Amino acid sequence: MIGMPKEEAYDVAVIGAGPAGLAAATLAACYGLATVLLDEQPTPGGQVYRAVTKTPVQERTVLGSDYWRGSDLADAFHISGAEYAPGTAVWNITPDREIGISNSAGARLISARHIILATGALERPFPIPGWTLPGVMTCGAMQILMKTSGLVPDCRIVLAGTGPLLWLLAAQLLRAKVKIETVLDTTPRRNWRAALPHLPAFLLSSYAPKGLALMREVKRQVRVISGVTALAADGDGRLEMIRYRRGGGSETAIPTDLLMLHQGVTPNVNLANAIGCEHNWNPVQHCFVPATDQWGMSTVPGISIAGDGAGIRGAVAAEHRGRLAALEAARLLGRIDQVARDRAAVPYRAALNRADRGRHFIDLLYRPSAALRVPTGETIVCRCEEVTARQVEEVIARGCPGPNQLKALLRCGMGPCQGRLCGLTVTEMIAKARAQSPAEIGHYRQRPPVKPITVAELATLPQTEAAQKAVAGD
Amino acid sequence: MFRRLSQPEGATVRLTVDGWPVTASAGDNVAAALLEAGFLTCRTTPVSGAPRGPFCMMGVCFECLVRIDGVGSRQACLTPVRDGMLLETQQGKREAGR
Repeated sequence: MIGMPKEEAYDVAVIGAGPAGLAAATLAACYGLATVLLDEQPTPGGQVYRAVTKTPVQERTVLGSDYWRGSDLADAFHISGAEYAPGTAVWNITPDREIGISNSAGARLISARHIILATGALERPFPIPGWTLPGVMTCGAMQILMKTSGLVPDCRIVLAGTGPLLWLLAAQLLRAKVKIETVLDTTPRRNWRAALPHLPAFLLSSYAPKGLALMREVKRQVRVISGVTALAADGDGRLEMIRYRRGGGSETAIPTDLLMLHQGVTPNVNLANAIGCEHNWNPVQHCFVPATDQWGMSTVPGISIAGDGAGIRGAVAAEHRGRLAALEAARLLGRIDQVARDRAAVPYRAALNRADRGRHFIDLLYRPSAALRVPTGETIVCRCEEVTARQVEEVIARGCPGPNQLKALLRCGMGPCQGRLCGLTVTEMIAKARAQSPAEIGHYRQRPPVKPITVAELATLPQTEAAQKAVAGD
Repeated sequence: MFRRLSQPEGATVRLTVDGWPVTASAGDNVAAALLEAGFLTCRTTPVSGAPRGPFCMMGVCFECLVRIDGVGSRQACLTPVRDGMLLETQQGKREAGR
């Protein structure tokens, strides 16, 4: 049942119940810290282990053994003594660690001595013509429908893009006896040149046998068209066909009812950004990553970031990063000393090193092409406010200096998604037009509330005298 | 458009979408229930009136906004279904401010 957290103040609050959050909350509770895990979803697992405790897909081979690893994490969490607040959105965190939350029971403020953000990843924007049409969704979305409700497509489908999730979803659908018309692989061929020196390390990693087997499984059963350089979704009111091009070749159309897009994942940084944590541009993963130390501590005291939200390193790495963050929280809150922290960290660091093997090759091979990251013409950049690439280009040409000014001029990034689906696109468009690095351009400055909250909910919150005076005067 | 991999074990939940009766399975979220019932589109946009449907299913894209039991702009993918739920698709500008 959805309810409010029992206490007003905790030692540790963890935001997000994916692998990093579950592992962090479990370990923090084991050290005797009063811990609450706040999560937007109704059951634990995050997106990678979404619905692992209650999925209707009980035939284990369909989702694969990596998915079921999540049930061990959820079991350990449930007996840890940490409190669990599912179905609960976090819409603000102040630098002094007051947390604004809301769920179906209403809105409230709680506080924590230490906060671990485990907000995970989201899929990189894939701004192609027609990507807003009903019938176009992300590969992650299709996988979530499968995990949560056992739903699979019963119509013509095409998968397009690049990255491990594209192949994993294709294999999962095939195991569920779903017919896939075509997989359009947009992995740029020239990526091989940069990735090749890292191939030996990849081949020795656990990713290699799994990844190669997945690709073989898919290629045996589905037509895979590689070297795709341009994509467009088409239809009147809903998706009817996907058009693609390879290099300088002519355009080919495939009639389809559903299109699943994917070109990698990037850290979900909205909350960290709104708190004021420093972020850096990662030129390999092509995204902004919060600055953290080896324990996941951000640049804001009392706030650490664990898992893919602190840079994409995958689900197994995420759980160990969660544990390292919990160890540092236990030290900062006086439960253990530095020696005990370092000793306890040894196995987690070793496991993290193993999990990281092969990752660099994957990052370099699956870097999406500039043409599919930086749109032109009438392609929609900001889905919420329906701002096109042409409009953004014009405003940049007139001298718009950065993403924040773009908000004022075009409302770009000002809709309900708050830039989650256009932030990286906008930064890269400005960087390209100015021939500067995205690091120099920066990201939208996020502002609270980072999730929508009704005025009625806000009005129920306790108000300080200072806050009342600020609005109503003396 | 979609089918279930197995007969749902959860209870059947009855909903209405724009007055049409629809069934879902306990444990579904509203967006999944709409897609299974054949509603690929759940709203039209306030800016141009273009149709939109569920896109990310994880609460970040805000495309699946619908009116649930009289409250507008709720994220369908984050809302579990409940028996007797009244769902309405949102129509463009008319919904702004509701």
